[in-house]
Amino acid sequence: MEFFLLLLTSGIAVGGVYALIALGFVLIYKATSIINFATGEFMMIGAYIFYTCSVLVGMPAIPSFIVVMAGAGLLGLLVERTILRHMLGQPTISIVMVTIGLSSILTGVAEMIWTSDFKSFPPLFPRAPIIVGDLIIRSNLFWGFVVAMTTVAIFALIFKYAKVGVAMRATAGDQMASFSMGINVRSMFTLAWIFGAIAASIGGLIIGNIGGVQPNLGGIGLKIFPVVILGGLDSIGGAVLGGFIVGIVENLAGGYLDPLVGGGAKNVAPFVVLVLILMVRPYGLFGRKEIERL
Amino acid sequence: MALLEVNNLHLSFGGLQVLHDVSFSVEKGEIYAIIGPNGAGKTSILNCLGGFYHQQKGEIAFAGDDISHISPDRRAASGLARTFQNIALFRGMTVLDNIKLGSHVHLKTGLLGAAFYWGGAHREEMKLRDEIEDEIIDFLEIEHIRKQPVSTLPYGLQKRVELARALAMRPQILLMDEPVAGMNAEETEDMVRFILDIQEERDLTIIIIEHDMRMIMDISDRIMVLNFGRKIAEGSPLEVQRHPEVIRAYLGTKK
Amino acid sequence: MRIGDYKESYAADEAVFVTSTSRFWLGVLFVMLAIFPFMAGEYLLYMANITGIAIVAALGLNILTGAAGQISLGHAAFVGIGAYTAAVLTNRFGLSLIVCLPLAGLVSAFFGVLVGAPSMRMKGLYLCITTLAAQVIFEFFFVHWESLTGGIRGLNIEPPTIFGLDVGSEFGFYWVTLVVVVIAATMSRNIFRTRVGRAFIAIRDRDISAELMGINLFRYKLYAFAVSSFLAGVAGCLWVNHLKSITPEHFPLHESIRYLAMIIVGGLGNILGAIYGAIFMTLIPEVLQTILKFFEGYFPQAMAYLYPLQTVVFGLLIVLFLVFEPHGLAEMWCRVKAYFRLWPFKH
Repeated sequence: MEFFLLLLTSGIAVGGVYALIALGFVLIYKATSIINFATGEFMMIGAYIFYTCSVLVGMPAIPSFIVVMAGAGLLGLLVERTILRHMLGQPTISIVMVTIGLSSILTGVAEMIWTSDFKSFPPLFPRAPIIVGDLIIRSNLFWGFVVAMTTVAIFALIFKYAKVGVAMRATAGDQMASFSMGINVRSMFTLAWIFGAIAASIGGLIIGNIGGVQPNLGGIGLKIFPVVILGGLDSIGGAVLGGFIVGIVENLAGGYLDPLVGGGAKNVAPFVVLVLILMVRPYGLFGRKEIERL
Repeated sequence: MALLEVNNLHLSFGGLQVLHDVSFSVEKGEIYAIIGPNGAGKTSILNCLGGFYHQQKGEIAFAGDDISHISPDRRAASGLARTFQNIALFRGMTVLDNIKLGSHVHLKTGLLGAAFYWGGAHREEMKLRDEIEDEIIDFLEIEHIRKQPVSTLPYGLQKRVELARALAMRPQILLMDEPVAGMNAEETEDMVRFILDIQEERDLTIIIIEHDMRMIMDISDRIMVLNFGRKIAEGSPLEVQRHPEVIRAYLGTKK
Repeated sequence: MRIGDYKESYAADEAVFVTSTSRFWLGVLFVMLAIFPFMAGEYLLYMANITGIAIVAALGLNILTGAAGQISLGHAAFVGIGAYTAAVLTNRFGLSLIVCLPLAGLVSAFFGVLVGAPSMRMKGLYLCITTLAAQVIFEFFFVHWESLTGGIRGLNIEPPTIFGLDVGSEFGFYWVTLVVVVIAATMSRNIFRTRVGRAFIAIRDRDISAELMGINLFRYKLYAFAVSSFLAGVAGCLWVNHLKSITPEHFPLHESIRYLAMIIVGGLGNILGAIYGAIFMTLIPEVLQTILKFFEGYFPQAMAYLYPLQTVVFGLLIVLFLVFEPHGLAEMWCRVKAYFRLWPFKH
């Protein structure tokens, strides 16, 4: 039982971070209908920027954090302006592949700049583990969860109440109508990419703080697909719930199944759950079937 | 017995009632028109007939068989063909391939037969090509564009290719959704000529939706008028034109 | 200069190699392919063999993704299934290469249909993610079903023979690859001369009206999955007989993406495109290596950048082609041909 609770809590903690990374995907998908396969690489670049600022330059944590957000935002802006803007109206396969190509470019560039060696961050949070009752939670995991949830909450609030958030939601709902209401649809697209990149990069910072950073850290980004499919592609709440489900499933599988099958169950379990759910509900747990017209 | 019999069709999306208790029947060889203001539910009727929308209530009987619950592809195979309001050609294919696609249900080549082309598949394709050239391409006067990708054609010709594709389905009933919308006078004239020729020479039954009233009154045998999803009138062009409800629906009430 | 398009029958119009000029060049190509192995060394033959294997796999993916429009992120897994099937059949049952080729294809096609089955109810991105899940799950089995696949150490097989002839050398295997490539390309082409191929393209362009034209969407999507994974399986069988060993590391997600890159760079839905793309994407890493070797004299660390540079160039090619040349190499080649057809007259 104690083992189960331990797996459950670490599952929830990791799930919170997945939710944040998935948010980076959802923000972009919601506004632009673009499926960003490079979300994981945005995350990885965020982690490297933090490493560069705090270790190589020697800046304190908070300013480094601000540089990460600025750098990620700039990356999102550049990507949208130079590549994705040319892809409007192209078939899904082209858009999927262009973001896959982008992820490859980012991985290669990161390896050229920072080499393929593992880099780790200086300690950011108090080392002492968090103890709740009988449960002991690793401090990096706990604080990572807190930062992730705070960030998700801030983005959710912006989306719900701030003027720019409302405009983004309107754009997502109906581009033509928003355009005629005087919303600058193009700058909404750019903004979605900036927000998406920032959300992903903060996720990367947390993951990097837990386990260090390496050019193929972006591979973790693949896990957001079970998350977003479970939660519905365009729902922030769904991303959070999906994140928790994937975090918990993966930790339970890792704890109970890995010893039986000799490892690997942790990574494959979310995808098995994904397939099972899609068989029952082809548009995910919260996704709606779009009404098609002739 | 009528060729097509539609009884008490009800269709709604969520709370939106699109079709309300619509019944009509179409006789073999007729040109039957459905008219009505925008949003009256005309295209929805065609979508129900084709099996793309599923009515909540009501039956559709085609040549005596109830087809209300069979899939769109099987309805097509049984002899229902359709042209679309917003052209729905396959943009990645040539005119010829688009037309050939219409014959899909009349061909037999399976996956293996296709991979080992020589023999059955080859013979079938050659026969198909001959038939299409003789019966459709010559007839619709589109020899000059047969090898062109459809996406490069002007609007009027695309509509004609769509008709060609529907004819290749060798249908018993042809459903035409606004065949002359957006066409100039000359193109409209051509299309009307083709429609009349088709009906005459091929003994086809045609159900047509159109906003061009002059054309509709010229060619239709009978007309049904829809307003807000309800049938408000049916009859010959002359009867419909004089029907008080129709005048109200189109011109508004005089007070 | 070569102009005019005059045929006397519709049959002549439907032929694949229409003009005598194109027949002539096809003949030249075959003569060159037949002479090549006698002129080339081990390395070039090796390159030719892996290119040929890539072509077979790319032809398969081109049918599913390029023509029928169903994006697959799991193609490498199907190549893997074919490879493992071939290895097991060879090692345990002593079956010869010629029997293994179709069997590996069939086993792979079976799993292809299994993965394609959800396409009855879902499409687009959801289906694409299902193929990603298939890739991850199959990879898990390659690693963890040790009794069958040998786990991470993989499997080794003896050099293959055909009718008692040893084809284990690069030279011998060249002929096997060549024959399989020609058959695979011909069959792909044949499919697109019939209603099956037209139905694939119709589903890609407008699935709803395809259904209203009488096409059974589910059946044809399954056909596309079956043909595509059949060719992947055949490619896998070639793969294992060529390298004589396999490990799960040969079939990662990245390899699936590489196949997608081939058909995009070559030209989606175009058979020649799949062939050009497979050749191009197989040669690029070698070209990069040669270039870096050249620079090694000036920058001693140049070779250290080989791997990341390959990754960057790979991504750049995908992005640049999609942005500037979305119809790929096949379309570029057509433009070149059109230019020379009227050469030296400009229009």
